[in-house]
Amino acid sequence: MNKIAKLFITFISALTLTLASITSSFAKVEGEYIVLGSAISLTGKYSSNGVHTQNGYNMAVDRINKMGGVKVGGKSYKFEIIYYDDESNPKRAAQLAERLIKQDGVHYMLGPYSSGLTKAIAPVTEKYKIPMVEANGASRSLFTKGYKYLFAVLSPANQYLEVAIDLAVEKNGGKPVKIAQAFEQDAFSQDVRLGILDAAKRTGSKIIIDDKLPKELNDMAATLAKVKATKPDVLVVSGHTKGALTAIRQISEMKVDVPMLAMTHCDAAKLSKQHGKKSEYALCASQWHKNLSYKDSFFGSGKKYDKDFKKEFGYAPPYQSAESSAALLVFKDAFERANSFDRDKVRDALKTTEMQTFYGNIKFGPGGQNVAKPMILFQVRCKGDTCENKVVAPTKWASDKFFHPIPKWSERG
Amino acid sequence: MDFLIFQAPILMVQASLDGILLGILFALIAYGMALQWGVMNIINIAQGDLVILGGYIAYSMYLAGIHPGWGVIVSPIVMFFVGWGLYKLVINKVVDRDLFISILATFGIAIVFQQLMNFIFGADVVVAQSEYGTTMLFDNSVTLPNSKIFSAFISLLYAVVLVIYMKKSKLGRAIRATAQNARAAKILGVDTEKVYAATFGINAALCGVAGALIAITFTLHPYVGLPYTVRSFMIVIVAGLGNLPAVAVSGMGLGVFEEFADYILGTEFRIGSVFMLLVFILVYRRFKLSRKREYLK
Repeated sequence: MNKIAKLFITFISALTLTLASITSSFAKVEGEYIVLGSAISLTGKYSSNGVHTQNGYNMAVDRINKMGGVKVGGKSYKFEIIYYDDESNPKRAAQLAERLIKQDGVHYMLGPYSSGLTKAIAPVTEKYKIPMVEANGASRSLFTKGYKYLFAVLSPANQYLEVAIDLAVEKNGGKPVKIAQAFEQDAFSQDVRLGILDAAKRTGSKIIIDDKLPKELNDMAATLAKVKATKPDVLVVSGHTKGALTAIRQISEMKVDVPMLAMTHCDAAKLSKQHGKKSEYALCASQWHKNLSYKDSFFGSGKKYDKDFKKEFGYAPPYQSAESSAALLVFKDAFERANSFDRDKVRDALKTTEMQTFYGNIKFGPGGQNVAKPMILFQVRCKGDTCENKVVAPTKWASDKFFHPIPKWSERG
Repeated sequence: MDFLIFQAPILMVQASLDGILLGILFALIAYGMALQWGVMNIINIAQGDLVILGGYIAYSMYLAGIHPGWGVIVSPIVMFFVGWGLYKLVINKVVDRDLFISILATFGIAIVFQQLMNFIFGADVVVAQSEYGTTMLFDNSVTLPNSKIFSAFISLLYAVVLVIYMKKSKLGRAIRATAQNARAAKILGVDTEKVYAATFGINAALCGVAGALIAITFTLHPYVGLPYTVRSFMIVIVAGLGNLPAVAVSGMGLGVFEEFADYILGTEFRIGSVFMLLVFILVYRRFKLSRKREYLK
């Protein structure tokens, strides 16, 4: 090895050592910074939603820091987040959570993107008694394990489409309806399915088709042919963005007439943009919409958040960003009420959270899920060739009337 | 168990047609796999990712305002060179080696391709709109998307062209000779290196066609390649190497079987039932072979 190479290696190792010592000095609360940690999907299959989440976190950190930061013990602190890329891989996410806690000394965590990854991280944060506020894991099973340090600002998955069944019954003159449903076989979609089962039981409705779509499935022609043959009152589909896009494509191509179509992930799939008029009348569950009338002193209203986010990142905020921003507001509130950096005091403060944010009311139930915020439903409506998502339920925020029943394909232009 | 399909027999027509149309498309991918497996003895794990890349080429055309249907011509041309380049870069180093090495190498290629596509096209699920409309049969009780019919037709067309090309052209004869005995072909003056590169290129081109068709019939995502690899692998296993008509029949057969399994056993058993069938076929084959062996003894 020649001299230059040796010198180079020495230089690199010196640099690494310096960097290592810097990162460890970032730990927990150092100087005027409260350090939060998060494993986030910046590459891999969740990378687009991972970035939405990160943008939501960053936007809130900037805003809170600019507006005076977090006041604890009469002193003002700023938020800072250490991110690691979990590659959309649950195992990696769990490793990174350990690393954040053990090596970087992080005492407070923000959640990753998706239920699966949150499930991987939660046991780790629980083990080290690290409070985690998460904004992107809605699976019901997260809230039934008795986790004490997990708090979710979003509504659990089983609530996603329950409202839709109530709406269908209401449109049917209060009489029970026939439900056809197709759900992907993953934790989230199956939780949505449980919600529908509850709603069906409550309203006395009958489930006539109950298909479980394989994860690798690209084709749901068989399910749709069954729907055509059995004529249900409502068709419910949930299978992430792929499920939403496949459903609309094949429903329109196979000319499946059904009075009501309820789905998840319409906004993440950019349904109204990718499928245009074919997606009209689809009813979609969402955690948030900019038109809701919630308010807070940091972002103002949903509309204002939408505007500021667009200005900063160049695209309209999906609900994944909004709920991620809300997670930071919850942390700030908890730190100030605890008036301490003691993890257990912060956890106790989180537990008694009761606040309104631009994203919605937040109050944590015994399992850590947010019990104060209802899900909303919007419907894709088109004017000419431009289609938009219009809030139709709950009635308090509805900007448009729910259009029912969906016209037959033969009558649609 | 569900007997809806027996109560409404028209569903059988729908299931059979859906299965056949789906099967032909899968058969095209399997056909490419069988070709290069037979010639080069390489099991290409990256097959599905080549398909998805081909799909993204058609999708890019769609974004640029060109009808994605033209992807079935543009995509194979681009993909042929991608395949050729891939051969020169990686595959030529593993072609005479252990089967395991080639599986490992193509697995690596698959990961690189997935990440590249994720990097370039993003992780969102996308679709290209063909606006081909719908064919309705039997008083609208059977509906077939024209995009699926178009896919099946194009797949058949490419398959037929390729069969004729393999029979008649000089390169086709060289490929077949190499598949039979690479050493003998080399001695007789066939440039096997070139044959290998062309074979890999042709396989990639077929993947390109299939990808363009998938862009207009299903959905695209950087990480959905693997199911296509597995499916084509299965079709090849059932059909056997070097038996191209059998690949088509096996593709369609599996497609129809899968649709019927969906109606009768339920959607969740769709993929599982196909694998069960595969196990049965392999056991049956073994049984037949052992009988033959006894007879030879």
